[in-house]
Amino acid sequence: MAEKRTIEIEVLRYNPEKDAAPHFQTFKVPFSDDASVLQGLLYIKDHLDGSLTFRWSCRMAICGSCGKMVNGKPELSCHTFLRDYYPGPVRIEPLNHFPVVRDLVIDQSDFLKKLESVKPYIIPREEKDVKDGEHLQTPGQLHKYYQYSQCINCLLCYAACPQYGLKPGFTGPAALALLHRYNADSRDKGWDERAEVLNAEEGVWGCTLVGYCSEVCPKHVDPAHAINQNKVNSTMDYFGVLKLLMPKGGA
Amino acid sequence: MASVKTYVRPMQGWWRRNPYFVRYMIREGSSVFLAIYAVILLVGLFRLTQGEAAWEAWRAALTNPISLIFHWLALATVGYHAYTWWKVAPKTAPDLRLGGKPLPEMVITGGGFLATLGASALIYVIVRWM
Repeated sequence: MAEKRTIEIEVLRYNPEKDAAPHFQTFKVPFSDDASVLQGLLYIKDHLDGSLTFRWSCRMAICGSCGKMVNGKPELSCHTFLRDYYPGPVRIEPLNHFPVVRDLVIDQSDFLKKLESVKPYIIPREEKDVKDGEHLQTPGQLHKYYQYSQCINCLLCYAACPQYGLKPGFTGPAALALLHRYNADSRDKGWDERAEVLNAEEGVWGCTLVGYCSEVCPKHVDPAHAINQNKVNSTMDYFGVLKLLMPKGGA
Repeated sequence: MASVKTYVRPMQGWWRRNPYFVRYMIREGSSVFLAIYAVILLVGLFRLTQGEAAWEAWRAALTNPISLIFHWLALATVGYHAYTWWKVAPKTAPDLRLGGKPLPEMVITGGGFLATLGASALIYVIVRWM
């Protein structure tokens, strides 16, 4: 068995029933070379302080639940390893720009409302009965949206976006990338239904291309690209040119 | 969740918290020098409309040490701004593909650098010798 080392983990604590503001608490955590930051938090919860509250689920970078600020950077805590922060200390905070509910748990309701607003589902170009078979797509048509469909709603990009922190009305990276994911799908004709969200000041125009969202995405989605190429689409839509370029009524 | 008491952390000093944001602020801030440079050029154009004496006075003002320091500083910051401009160009470009594969970001950024250097060299040759 691998030799155990010890690292100091500073965790942001906030109890809404007692605390006026959050504070940091330090724990000494033994860890092996293969231990993730999430495992460090689980060690604290299991052995040192059972009241520590945080979200996690799959432990394998696919569910998107365990996002935290690790030494100031948005990371999936299951995808980040304590050995890389040794000798420490490593500071863990809830994802930036979201209200803190308790300890490391943030309130996601604003994002969920925005996600809903972009209609993140296919609005079919043609209604087809199940017995008529699938909507066929070429590899080229698939590549138009594939990377954006990899989003796991982990919210690291929102924690990376200072514009969202400064103007919480901004629709934000993941929701706008998903908006583009459906607009770019050859089976979809939802441009008109999503246009109001996309064209708004709080839509693509709320982005100032800091670009950090695309850097931190654990699934290599490129929200900055999705948003900024849609500034062109939004402009063409404003001048009525877009309709000429997509006569079938969808991007 | 609306009824739950939450804590909203302040954004004060946000751009100092991450080197990425510091570079972003320098990128945005460097455009101020470009704006000042543009205003100086516009003033020159205006002075030209006022006749030869006004134009020569404007040209003489440019040789002032403060003006020279500003222009060297502006050249450096605008150079940096151009560099960052091409660095983010892959994000603002449309979905460019070559044989079905996305064009590597390096090609867009590198192509931009080369175009900038080429255009700058061309302008230098025109201004210096033609």
